[in-house]
Amino acid sequence: MSTALTHPIVLQSRRQAVEPLVRVERVSKRFGQVHAVEEVSLDIHPGEFFSILGPSGCGKTTLLRMLAGLERPEAGRIFIDGVDMTRAPPYERPVNMMFQSYALFPHMTVEQNVAFGLQQERMNRTEIRERVAEMLELVRMTPYARRKPDQLSGGQRQRVALARALAKHPKLLLLDEPLGALDRKLREHTRSELVNIQERLGLTFVMVTHDQDEAMTMSSRLAVMDRGRIVQVGAPANVYEHPATRFVAEFIGDVNIFAGQVTETRGGALVIRSEQADCTFLIEHGEQLHVGTPVAIALRPEKISAHGATTGAPYNEMRGTVAEIAYLGDISVYRVRTAGGAIVQVQITNRARAATPPLARDEEVFLSWSPASAVVLQE
Amino acid sequence: MSLSEQFPAQAGQDARRSRRSFAPAALLLRLTQGPGGRALVAGLPFLWLSLFFLVPFIIVLKISLAEAVLAQPPYTPLLDTSNGGVQVRINLENYRLLFTDTLYLDAFLNSLKVAGVSTLICLLVGYPMAYGIARAGRSARLILLMLIILPFWTSFLIRVYAWIGILKDNGLLNNLLLAVGLIDQPLRLLHTEFAVYLGIVYSYLPFMVLPLYATLARMDLSLLEAAADLGARPWKAFWTVTLPLSLPGVIAGSLLVFIPAVGEFVIPDLLGGPDTLMMGKVLWTEFFTNRDWPLASAIAVLLLLTLVAPIMLLQRAEKRAGTEAT
Repeated sequence: MSTALTHPIVLQSRRQAVEPLVRVERVSKRFGQVHAVEEVSLDIHPGEFFSILGPSGCGKTTLLRMLAGLERPEAGRIFIDGVDMTRAPPYERPVNMMFQSYALFPHMTVEQNVAFGLQQERMNRTEIRERVAEMLELVRMTPYARRKPDQLSGGQRQRVALARALAKHPKLLLLDEPLGALDRKLREHTRSELVNIQERLGLTFVMVTHDQDEAMTMSSRLAVMDRGRIVQVGAPANVYEHPATRFVAEFIGDVNIFAGQVTETRGGALVIRSEQADCTFLIEHGEQLHVGTPVAIALRPEKISAHGATTGAPYNEMRGTVAEIAYLGDISVYRVRTAGGAIVQVQITNRARAATPPLARDEEVFLSWSPASAVVLQE
Repeated sequence: MSLSEQFPAQAGQDARRSRRSFAPAALLLRLTQGPGGRALVAGLPFLWLSLFFLVPFIIVLKISLAEAVLAQPPYTPLLDTSNGGVQVRINLENYRLLFTDTLYLDAFLNSLKVAGVSTLICLLVGYPMAYGIARAGRSARLILLMLIILPFWTSFLIRVYAWIGILKDNGLLNNLLLAVGLIDQPLRLLHTEFAVYLGIVYSYLPFMVLPLYATLARMDLSLLEAAADLGARPWKAFWTVTLPLSLPGVIAGSLLVFIPAVGEFVIPDLLGGPDTLMMGKVLWTEFFTNRDWPLASAIAVLLLLTLVAPIMLLQRAEKRAGTEAT
């Protein structure tokens, strides 16, 4: 766990040239006996689409609410644009939030909802009218300006909530599960729309989500949270390819996990023997670990290739029989029972599958992968 | 299900038996579901209202158009058959008197004033109370609501009498103030307009607090978070979000206080002075002291007609609050 926490700091040092827009320093928050957020540190840079990803109850929403000022941290400090905002009330922060429930004012029209934040700034009437029109245009809600929220569909309400949160041109926009209340089709469409708006306005978005697909496709960087702590921060591809812990590996995407023991170190590479899988792994760019250290190995199903015959390599090959085949249209998922008794998931695109002779159930199969594919996890 | 599969014959018999035993219910169901049934369902409340509201009102209206006489009953009949033929005698003198004698007009206006001011005080006192209860913790909320409802366990009359004990010259309040040394001689509290206001506000406060509580408790608190997030300070958020959203409760509570307060009789009679002029009291005096039933009825009719508008407003507010809740 402690080594996992050094990860964001490494990334941070590389980017020190840019002054972070948000700096969260060792922030903690408890509700009664529950540690909702524990010693979280985080830097978010201007122009980022940053996601906080985690299962429900991991403290991600609490962290977001602390950025908005709706929750007060017990320990630690929060800087926004270089100013200590730890104790500032929400109405004094240059931050706006899009609520999960949208929290639109039911007694106001769409227009009035969007104008609400601007009116608090004592902006003059014509300016407010122009800004409201501009915002409604942005989210394509101009024809609905005079409607009340209860006369709108879920997707329309979501766009009004976005327009209202964007109207003040906040330095930082917080989004709490912005797509959570939409149906699947609308959700996928709205994803790209949100990213478009963020890029067009050049704003910094911080989004909380439990949906790993959402976080992967939308964000420029993401933080994975588990039980009140941040376990890994990085670009989506980086987090996916090099999960720091077993939790991250399992939470983001599908993964095969094997228990093993380091038997040899070869320069930067490690040789790990897994009795469970009856296989010897050669893993490149592994951490510096001593011989004899017990480790877990993560191997993504799509990184494995399956053959009818052995390649003869002493490493990174497993023998098994096909236990189950699931055809999913674009891909096929094979569940292979290894000689060691473990079940390994293998994903093969159906294009690749068509090129080689197809595997049948109960057939003997050899699984192999490159030394760069498997990852050593810290437990 | 499995039982009827195992014993299909018996299950069928059971069903038949149960169908027979519920025949009256089925009949009622059929009656209420048919086109005539809908009329029945709508007709029942209509019948109820007619019997207990419309008919008494017509009787009162009829008496108000009669003349007072020393007889049993103490008013002339509307249809006179004494001369052989049927003769209708309508006397509008009572209504003319109501609009010409300043006593009645003053009493009427004073009733509206007392009811209006009391309603305003109830609103000013009741809103913070309702707000406090709605935002209190779960267990505290139940206790506070209980305390609001608790006075109803005692008779209204006894509670008003209790105020006499508190307010009279040698009552609790005066004795306390004398003992503390704040005053040298007892204050005149009882039989004043102040006592009437106090009595009405005290008695009707729960009717203000409960509907207000209902709307405030139902409010989505994330709306206030959104207001704060958009830059509204707490007081501004209250004015622009909480207050407008609690308006149905404000209207319902105000009318629930105003409507009975206009015709209030017991409180001005017991706590008010002899010069406290209110419609309820005047009506009582005309009815029981002067035995002028027709004039008393005319007052009752006028009182009712004045309250028709606020009652309709109340119904609309309740309907609106009902639709917003769903």
